[in-house]
Amino acid sequence: MASVSTPARQAAAGSRRPAATDRPRSAGRTGWLFATPFLVFFTLFLVVPLGIGLWMSFTDSSLTGHGDSTFVGLDNYTEAFGDSQVWETLGNTVWFTVLSTVPLVIISLVMALLVYTGMPGQWLWRLSFFASHLLPVAVVFQIWNMLYQPDRGMLNAVLKAVGIDGIGWLTDEKYAMWSIALVTLWWTVGFNFLLYLAALQAIPDHLYEAAALDGAGAWRRLWSITLPQLRRTTALIAVLQVMASLKVFDQIYLLTKGGPNGSTRPILEYIYDTGFTNYRLGYASAVSYVFFGVIIILSLAQLKIFSRRED
Amino acid sequence: MTTQTLSPRTPGKPRSTMPREVVRRRRYGGHAWHPTLGTGLLPRVLTLLALALMAVVWLVPFGWGVDTSFKSEVDASASGADWIPKAGFTLDAYRTIFGQGNLPVWALNSIVIAVCVTALTVAVSAMAAYAFSRTLFRGRRVLFALIVASIMVPPQILIVPLFRQMLAMNLVDTYAAVILPQVVAPAMVFILKKFFDGIPRELEEAARIDGAGSFRVFWSVVMPLSRPILAAVAIFVFINTWNNFLWPFISTSDPQLMTLPVGLSTVKDSTGLQNAQQSAASILGSLPLLIIFMLFQRQIVKSVATTGLGGQ
Repeated sequence: MASVSTPARQAAAGSRRPAATDRPRSAGRTGWLFATPFLVFFTLFLVVPLGIGLWMSFTDSSLTGHGDSTFVGLDNYTEAFGDSQVWETLGNTVWFTVLSTVPLVIISLVMALLVYTGMPGQWLWRLSFFASHLLPVAVVFQIWNMLYQPDRGMLNAVLKAVGIDGIGWLTDEKYAMWSIALVTLWWTVGFNFLLYLAALQAIPDHLYEAAALDGAGAWRRLWSITLPQLRRTTALIAVLQVMASLKVFDQIYLLTKGGPNGSTRPILEYIYDTGFTNYRLGYASAVSYVFFGVIIILSLAQLKIFSRRED
Repeated sequence: MTTQTLSPRTPGKPRSTMPREVVRRRRYGGHAWHPTLGTGLLPRVLTLLALALMAVVWLVPFGWGVDTSFKSEVDASASGADWIPKAGFTLDAYRTIFGQGNLPVWALNSIVIAVCVTALTVAVSAMAAYAFSRTLFRGRRVLFALIVASIMVPPQILIVPLFRQMLAMNLVDTYAAVILPQVVAPAMVFILKKFFDGIPRELEEAARIDGAGSFRVFWSVVMPLSRPILAAVAIFVFINTWNNFLWPFISTSDPQLMTLPVGLSTVKDSTGLQNAQQSAASILGSLPLLIIFMLFQRQIVKSVATTGLGGQ
């Protein structure tokens, strides 16, 4: 594998120019030929459902109503903007995004820095930190549901052993979202960890050697070389993580069903509940599109912040 | 930000295939100097301690699940943090699960679905990425912008319309319903296009002069050069498909078509609180990917690096 990757990598450095092509005429047909299979899937299973969803958001379509729905204009959207549940669940989603993104960036960086030191046992460290990323959500639920049990769970037993009263990890409004963020950290940190590890390995040794010759100590090298060199990766990981965290649904749905008292309910669960439990597909679609708008605005803002900082 | 992700930091300098540690030892005449640690003993000991501590914290929840799966149901529901059950370890939970008999079916479904989705996604995305990287067809800029923008669409908002579509196409409760919508992976097209952009055109020119057609060039020149990135994409897609919950859950109600994660969640629903059994089911459901990861760890780590995501 290494021998294959080398020429391609070298190549990547050599020819980074905008797509300029040689034979425009026949290339046009070939291009379509190559792109068509993907475009068929893309259209059928992304563009069309997006369109159907958008259409539904302007109707009173419902799960029970066998498709016969009437056009209601912007009614669903007016309702959504005035719906306190929408804002509350959107707030929960953003709160979860903050609670999960910060540790998911920092801890994955710490893990990668520690593993990058080349300590013996590389195989074990990488396995420990990445393995949980491979678990299906049902398994994550099973494990943490046991650990979090208030009266019989292991975490509270450990707390009791050191003399602290057990807490309602998933049942106390004060802690539930933190517990969910903790599960998410445990479950998904491995991917960011691998991205950081790859980035660390790409920092050329001569930077460190030069710094060492100039008498820079280990901490100095960390602050002046390693962290600045990782800035792009950090920006990328933060953007990807925010997008992923905003889409949180599975683990919350399984662990708390949005409770206690709606304190962990993310907006996607509200959409799901409105659509599938209350059968109001039209309204659920409208809320989906409001949420989609929020995601786009947040992503663009983030891209802008990070790309400015890089210049 | 992502435009330069593929270029290595030291252009032109071929990367050594030797492990870094070996290189360093040689260079520093026996002293293992490390760029981030230096040569001191104390930093090394502290690093090792920190690593061990974090690894333990990360492995304990997993270990607890494994431990519970070997307990009797009584011990598994007992309170506290006893790793060694009072009634001793038992294989009862595993026996019960295999007795229920659906597990092999779910595992087979998961394999069929994950393999089909992965193969289709890689093929379809690679071809599209090649078209966007190398050919000038009308509308490619708009199309590519659309594809990149669609990365932001949360898949959950497509679920309801997709389900209706499946009803209309008469595909509910078929493999096709589970597989086809999962083949759309705009992020993979984006990653592959970035990689193809970095392959020098000279190689393709040479093949063309020898009379190779477009498809031949793609298949015999571009594909072999792109093996690491194709492996990375395949790994991402496979993991995601294997663990996907919501869509397989909604698009199938036939137990004969369920994937492992969906099937396992029904075990949870039907039997109430049975910690040992659920843990055993969880372990069995996680094993295939864990084994694959243990076997191919080096390649997987390297693959992530090749996507360029980690490069800069």
